[in-house]
Amino acid sequence: MDAFFEVENVVREFRPPVTLGDKIAARLGAKVEMRSVKAVNDVSLTLEKGKTLGLVGESGCGKSTLGKVAAGILAPTAGTVLLDGKPVMTDGRKQTTRVQTVFQDPFASLDPRMKVGDAVAEGPIEHGLVTRADARAYVLDWFARVGLDPSYANRYPHQFSGGQRQRIAIARALAMQPDLLICDEPVASLDVSIQAQVINLFLDLRRDLDLTCLFISHDLSVVRHVSDRVAVMYLGRIVEEAPTEALFEAPAHPYTRALIASIPKLVLNRETLVEFDPIAGEIPSPLSPPPGCYFAPRCPLAADRCRETAPDLRTTENGRRVACYFPVSTRGAD
Amino acid sequence: MSASDTQSPLRLFWREFSENKFAVGSLVVVVLLAVVAFLAPLLVPQDPYNLELLSLLDARRPPGFVGSGGYVHVLGTDPQGRDLLSAIFYGLRISIIIGLAAGAIALVLGTIVGIFAAYAGGWIETVLMRVIDLQLSFPAILLALVLVALLGQGKGQLIAALVAAQYAYFARTAYGAAKAERRKDYVEAALATPLAGYKVAVRHLLPNCMPPLIVVATVQIANAISLEATLSFLGLGLPVTEPSLGMLISNGFPYMMSGRYWISVFPGIALIILIVAINVVGDQIRDQFNPRLRK
Repeated sequence: MDAFFEVENVVREFRPPVTLGDKIAARLGAKVEMRSVKAVNDVSLTLEKGKTLGLVGESGCGKSTLGKVAAGILAPTAGTVLLDGKPVMTDGRKQTTRVQTVFQDPFASLDPRMKVGDAVAEGPIEHGLVTRADARAYVLDWFARVGLDPSYANRYPHQFSGGQRQRIAIARALAMQPDLLICDEPVASLDVSIQAQVINLFLDLRRDLDLTCLFISHDLSVVRHVSDRVAVMYLGRIVEEAPTEALFEAPAHPYTRALIASIPKLVLNRETLVEFDPIAGEIPSPLSPPPGCYFAPRCPLAADRCRETAPDLRTTENGRRVACYFPVSTRGAD
Repeated sequence: MSASDTQSPLRLFWREFSENKFAVGSLVVVVLLAVVAFLAPLLVPQDPYNLELLSLLDARRPPGFVGSGGYVHVLGTDPQGRDLLSAIFYGLRISIIIGLAAGAIALVLGTIVGIFAAYAGGWIETVLMRVIDLQLSFPAILLALVLVALLGQGKGQLIAALVAAQYAYFARTAYGAAKAERRKDYVEAALATPLAGYKVAVRHLLPNCMPPLIVVATVQIANAISLEATLSFLGLGLPVTEPSLGMLISNGFPYMMSGRYWISVFPGIALIILIVAINVVGDQIRDQFNPRLRK
């Protein structure tokens, strides 16, 4: 089975740099503890062409790291990322321009000393998508497509608002004519009123360009709005992955249920007004995760078995995958 | 809309700079001194390097003396009978040329070393920066003295010695700035395009590392000028036939106590004005780049 975009058993570890003291201690025979964090722990995902996969999870669950590995910014410690069967990255170098990224913070992701038009033109000129002579018209065209006045191309990033900057960042990514767009919390740093505009722009462009997207966010309502499928991540692992409506209507993993239950709801009905359940407890330290299922310490359904060995991600009905010994029944979801 | 609504960082910078009248005044002084220095041959009555024009009969004359050349020595003459005003203007020229050349070469060299170290990482970074640290632990004047003694006299040798003594400051600054900028998203975004590492370093890293480097450059130009004056004062800088400000001060030094103050004092004042003015400009630039002092 050759999927359009495949993340296969990807692990990304971070370890603190080995200090000289540690090296000497190790040489002298002392036991030096090598603490490492598996920000992404054996994650496999596939994405069909033209579809959008939402990736959700709490802060620190590794979703941004997974996004960076998928985008070819970080090399995986183990596993592969394949686009059309070809690796996105080999030997620590990104091999393709067909994957592009929109970053979370448009105040940090644009070079403050480069005119925004030049920033959009830089990649396409470099990779021969457009000649230097035609670059100007090309950039102005992209400005128009993301809803910016083309005359703004001569300005610097500090002259724009957050929403405008994110439009520029989107133009920069799309000007590279990617097949896969990785959006890492693209609206998280924007005002709520601006979020909707940028999301709608994103939806329009996705339709017009037939883009495949990996959409990373902690905002469940945004993810539900844009995604065909949703994957839920907890402490570096995927705990559940399913078609969007099935996942939101009938979450199978206790963590997904807790996550969806924790969405604050504004309802004008007295009975449902207080429907807001924050998940009990905190994410365990990724430096020393619990031995079994990572969610067991916080899980209302946890049994002894959950605390000993972690459940595999198993495919259940309707293309749903869930990593739980006691998945909540999903019958009647359809 | 026209290009004029482009608020380039440079334009914004100048708008803020011009609010400090003292700094603007200092900048005017620096520019004026530079103009005077480079037009010296047209402005002064005597070529102080032409030994044939000098007469020992005119030596050590006070300001206002009319010498054998038939013109007034406005600031008096030195022990070789040179017109001091002419010698000071020519001396300023040497000081500014050496300061600018040493500063510019040290800036380029230090920036390359610093950004390369920050970008390369690993053992290259460790080795390069430890060498820089080692060098920074020596006083610049000591290093310059040793090098001038080894290389011999002359403008080129002097500039080489000053560059060797000063590039480490630029390397340190560039390294620190590049290390901080390297982690920012825009660098990651450029690398993810993907763009080759050296292109990202030149197009994105370098321009964003310039602000602190410009501050260090102004200070180091002033430092290079005073180092050159110090070396010349000690008799190690330039040959006696091409007196710089430091040597003029040195020449007048034995006569200070005999009332012939002008030989040392006037070149000294010229040197102080130049160095102070450059430092005031540098201070203002530094304040503008310091986010904690921003309004």
